[in-house]
Amino acid sequence: MSLQQALFWIVASLTGLSALMVVLTQNIVRAAAWLLFALAGTAGIYFLLGSDFVGAAQLIVYVGGTLVLVVFGVMLTAQGPFVNLKAGAGEWAFSLLIGIALYATLAVATLATAWPASDPPPADYRSTANVAALGEAFLGIREIAPVGDIPRVYPPRNRTRVSYLLPFEIVSVHLLVVLIGAAYLARAKRRRVVSEAAA
Amino acid sequence: MNGDVGLPAFLLLGALMFVCGAVCMATKRNAIGVLMGVELVLNGANINFVAFAWFNPLFRVEGQVFALFVIVMAAAEAAIALAIVLNFYNNHTSVDVDAAEELKG
Amino acid sequence: MPVVFSDTSEWSTMVLPVLWALLSAFFLLGFVLVSAIFFVWLERKVSGRIQDRLGPTRVGGKFGWLQTVADGVKLLCKEDSIPAAADHFLFRLAPYLALCGSFVAFVALPFGNGVVARDMGVAVFFMLAVLSSEVFGVIMAGYGSGSKWSLFGGIREAAQVVSYEVPRTICVLIPVIVAGTLNLTEIVNQQNGFFWNWYIFHDPLNFIAFWVFFICGTSSCKRAPFDLAEAESELVAGFHTEYSGFRWLLFFMAEYGSMAAVCGIAVSLFMGGWHTGILPFDPALKLGESMGTAGMILGNLVNVVVFIVKGWGGIFVMMWVRWTLPRLRIDQVMMVCLKYLLPISCFLLVMIGVWQLMIPDIVSMVWKYGSAAATVILTAVWLINVWRKPSLSPPGVTGWATRPPALPGSSAGKEQAVAGV
Repeated sequence: MSLQQALFWIVASLTGLSALMVVLTQNIVRAAAWLLFALAGTAGIYFLLGSDFVGAAQLIVYVGGTLVLVVFGVMLTAQGPFVNLKAGAGEWAFSLLIGIALYATLAVATLATAWPASDPPPADYRSTANVAALGEAFLGIREIAPVGDIPRVYPPRNRTRVSYLLPFEIVSVHLLVVLIGAAYLARAKRRRVVSEAAA
Repeated sequence: MNGDVGLPAFLLLGALMFVCGAVCMATKRNAIGVLMGVELVLNGANINFVAFAWFNPLFRVEGQVFALFVIVMAAAEAAIALAIVLNFYNNHTSVDVDAAEELKG
Repeated sequence: MPVVFSDTSEWSTMVLPVLWALLSAFFLLGFVLVSAIFFVWLERKVSGRIQDRLGPTRVGGKFGWLQTVADGVKLLCKEDSIPAAADHFLFRLAPYLALCGSFVAFVALPFGNGVVARDMGVAVFFMLAVLSSEVFGVIMAGYGSGSKWSLFGGIREAAQVVSYEVPRTICVLIPVIVAGTLNLTEIVNQQNGFFWNWYIFHDPLNFIAFWVFFICGTSSCKRAPFDLAEAESELVAGFHTEYSGFRWLLFFMAEYGSMAAVCGIAVSLFMGGWHTGILPFDPALKLGESMGTAGMILGNLVNVVVFIVKGWGGIFVMMWVRWTLPRLRIDQVMMVCLKYLLPISCFLLVMIGVWQLMIPDIVSMVWKYGSAAATVILTAVWLINVWRKPSLSPPGVTGWATRPPALPGSSAGKEQAVAGV
């Protein structure tokens, strides 16, 4: 077993185990803790797959942002009876059955497909050049033209790089709008003044 | 470098997280537990994206771009879901999804 | 990872990388833990001097060198008490979450030219991301203690840390935009040469960004005037009320570790990293050209020492600020972040783009040399002032704090007995 296999099995076992424990644990706060490990394990998988930027983004956005939000929500609502809410045994049995069937389908589809042999990524996959390529894709830089050379308006056929500037901008504005909406929805509402009843 | 691990291993891990998330959504009675299931589902799909980015030479940048978009959208969706859950809690003093049956029938 | 063996035997593919990783982890952990021991001693000495007393003077000689070791032994021997209402799993887990959050950041921090555990293309982003996951230790500790005051402290702390991450990240972007890369080794290498090449002197926006980053870093380490959530007089030490002994020590180590990481980032981004600033070359590269690998190692020794001195200088400033300024209330803390630091950093982010694109070269050169010269001159003037006119003591007090009489049995006590004191 090589080092990469060993690392993969360690990180994948941690992630899978944490995901299973999120489902199986009854206490909602402990489920949040297991979710933290699952998300951090996923970030580890991204680092193993050479996507340093996505791994760091996962840590800072998901673990440091979304999960903090979820845990705050849990703290705000974790009064006595809501910490341990149990579903009935029938629901569990049915859901587990469906879950196992779904996993079996996905596993069979994955293992039965003849994946084409792929070239290993280049040796500099983890280097700064890769991060720069990601940044250029987001900025919409398709080609670096020499000064004075105006690129054609319509994309030439042999263009190899794609621009993700438009979805990037849409997602940014979308995030802004959604967060403003969420903050407005979750604002503290003033109680009605009780003196109306006394008057 | 990961040639000895192989693509199916990563896809199976993604599938496992997806299924755990789906079962979590189905069995948790706490609304925030359902939200945790949604996060697991999105992470499982993201693992697939990034694994394909590694193993497919044509998908090197696209896989990571997709994964980043999914992460950002999941953050937005978690914020809104939490705002809805908190509003529900303020109105009904309960986060039990079984209590959310006023629109039934 | 130096390529020493080029064959694919199990030794080189499996054992050697693991050994290398373990060695790097050992050195990093050792460095951070020894630094933490030093910082505890330094904090007590600095706080003592600022409060016109001496600090520890007995354990381990005249200056109390071994005081921290004695503290550590005491903490190890304390009773491990867990409150009855505590959630055992989360209570035990929390210190380790905080510890991992602050230590893993050192994987990407370069101490010298090539002296880095993992040279990542996203080094700065990785460090910020990992440091931001330390907040979970705080939340889990606050909730898991089963006490409402701990929960208050934990939630306030989490809100503060998470809020200050936003201007902190924006201020990190300012030198990154100038440098054009997230790789810390490359950013520091761009500041090669004399000290006017440091990014803090590059433009006024980087200058302001350094101070804003320092404030935000101090706050996200829960330090200095922003430590209301963990101070003994506020909510009875906030989220770590119920932690005693070794578990509390882990929180402390995590705090000092993240302070060191934040200072390391500040030094690398703004203050030239491991470059001395008075040599026109990098010792590692210069000696490496002439003497090969041995020269690089020798030059890197100089680099590592310079980097550590600069980083520890930043931590000394953090301690100095802590014992000088009064504590801020939680609403003042959030107001400073949301109403002052965040708009300032957004303004800096917009203006650095303008500066990079539109300012002519002559203006940026004038600023670079002018601000470096002004800093040197002002520092010299201030030092000369301090030398000639030390600050006044309160009326009736003469001289520095005096050393207390020695214990009767010690060697110093015997000397005093002989001298007839």
